[in-house]
Amino acid sequence: MGSLRFAATLLLLAAPALAQPYGVGHTPTQDEIRALDISISPTGDELPPGHGTAKEGAALFQAKGCAGCHGKAGVGAIAPELQSKKGPDAPIWERGRGASGWMILPLTAPYATIVWDYIHRGMPLGKEGTLTADEVYSLTAYLLFVNHVIPEDQVLDKESLPKVKMPIGDDYGRLPDWKHGAPRLPGYNH
Amino acid sequence: MGSKRTSRRELLKNGAAMAGGFAVLGETPASAQTSPFGTPLHDAMPNMPMPSTTTSGAPMIKGTKELVEYGQRSHFETAMRMAHPMGGRPSPDMFGKTFHVAAPLQDSVGVVTPSSLHYFATTRGAFVPDIDPKQHTLMIHGLVDRPLTFTMEDLKRFPSVTRLHFIECAGNRHNARHKTVQESHGMTSCAEWTGVLLSTLLKECGLKSNATWFVAEGAEEVKGASSMPIAKAMDDCMVAYGMNGEAVRPQNGYPLRLMVPGYEGIFHTKWLRRIKIVDRYYMNYNDYGHLEKTSKEAALAFQIGPKSVITYPSGGQHLPGKGFYEISGLAWSGGGAIRAVEVSTDGGKKWNRAQLKGTPQRMAHARFGYGWNWDGNEAVILSRCTDEIGQVQPTREEVAKYWNVPFDRNYRVPGLDNSVMPWRIARDGTVTNGLA
Repeated sequence: MGSLRFAATLLLLAAPALAQPYGVGHTPTQDEIRALDISISPTGDELPPGHGTAKEGAALFQAKGCAGCHGKAGVGAIAPELQSKKGPDAPIWERGRGASGWMILPLTAPYATIVWDYIHRGMPLGKEGTLTADEVYSLTAYLLFVNHVIPEDQVLDKESLPKVKMPIGDDYGRLPDWKHGAPRLPGYNH
Repeated sequence: MGSKRTSRRELLKNGAAMAGGFAVLGETPASAQTSPFGTPLHDAMPNMPMPSTTTSGAPMIKGTKELVEYGQRSHFETAMRMAHPMGGRPSPDMFGKTFHVAAPLQDSVGVVTPSSLHYFATTRGAFVPDIDPKQHTLMIHGLVDRPLTFTMEDLKRFPSVTRLHFIECAGNRHNARHKTVQESHGMTSCAEWTGVLLSTLLKECGLKSNATWFVAEGAEEVKGASSMPIAKAMDDCMVAYGMNGEAVRPQNGYPLRLMVPGYEGIFHTKWLRRIKIVDRYYMNYNDYGHLEKTSKEAALAFQIGPKSVITYPSGGQHLPGKGFYEISGLAWSGGGAIRAVEVSTDGGKKWNRAQLKGTPQRMAHARFGYGWNWDGNEAVILSRCTDEIGQVQPTREEVAKYWNVPFDRNYRVPGLDNSVMPWRIARDGTVTNGLA
């Protein structure tokens, strides 16, 4: 009996494949994961080292071609607006919607990390993924500055970016837990 | 004599084309072209003139190599996709990016949308990437016991599933300006998808106990990403490599797309390259478009409600005269299978049970029909559906009443607009938008 139990324990220890039902696929290295993992959490855990300020971002906004599509200061061109025309006293859901109907990302995002992630993965058009970490911190700082979210001289980095207090605060809808077979909104029935 | 030579030359030309088609299977060298029976073509059919018409007098389609290898519909069939007119941006847009392209539902029969006519869209716009499947991989990492990378070959080793599923874009909103059902409802389609359940792959990686969300990401230039609850991943999400019996089309995510049955189209991540298992809502990229002021509105922006539309007769079509017509249409819901469809031919006063064609599948288009004798008078026809969990497709007035706001013609239904669509049939048989 005792030896049987011993054998079972040995089997468990020796066969991690038991826990992997089909044994298909290969294990990526930590470097391979890091190279692909561009998702930035609201906690900022995945943010790379680097830093930037609004002043540096203002120069990059022209130099990298952002102004060509978004307008000189993020307004008045063909791509979605990046700066609100309404001042910081207007309620966020009025202030945050541009003339095109789009929400202004660097103003209404609940976390500043969302802005960093968006620029880093999706900009600039045709040269996506080419901006350095310093450049993304700088452009994020510039867009937060022109929307009165941070002061012009604030340095954004891995530590400070997740701590930026976004003006929307808690004023947005949380998603309900999803359950199989449940109506999408209890009591709505449509 | 001259004509005889010509017909013989044509025979040889056609024969060579045919043999070329078969050569793909048999690797026959061009110098030894033979019929499928092994006899050289010119010996098997000496001087036999190729008929240029059938006995009924209709011209014949030449069996070209291309048609033998990959068929085409008749050139009499003209159903076409179109840039979605009310999406606000043309497609391709001013940057050459893809936006919204709508399927010709008015010409559809059955429930499967042909891959060539399947709608497609990218919300922020994207170029369609040209991906070599031999180079493509899917990496699953984050809160798992074993991060794993799968090649396309790896994925095809797993037990597969094949399911009918619709996809619908959140921008599929009908309004009074739309002329046809393609304009009003064409941003949805239904295909047979084949792939591996995401739950199979997640069990292969082993989920950690704090895994509550996942982020799916595409390989296109903007690396479009969406966050979804892990409960949905373990329920019915599929990593699909097959579409209507062949590989997924590039505009629909070749070689790999995530299917999230019943969720808005944007969640069905195309060109899928990475899934990260996380412990919170990341709110990256595509998620940002789902930001809503209230939780109730946010709840309606994930799963699609019950929805149906009559595709025949629909806007732009014409009834030649009074008499019998089968009213036909499509019904679908993010809540499960369609349980019932009702049709009204008097503007919604009386509702009649429609016939469901075949067994409706979960989160798939269901085809319905209702036999109707049109008396030649003006009529407004409508459809509404009920899904398997009892959700009922609403009218716009009913939605406004729920939200306790005054109803007017410009009322905007929160979430994806699943309200009832009316078509007006005039005495002369013309069919127009009943919202206009």
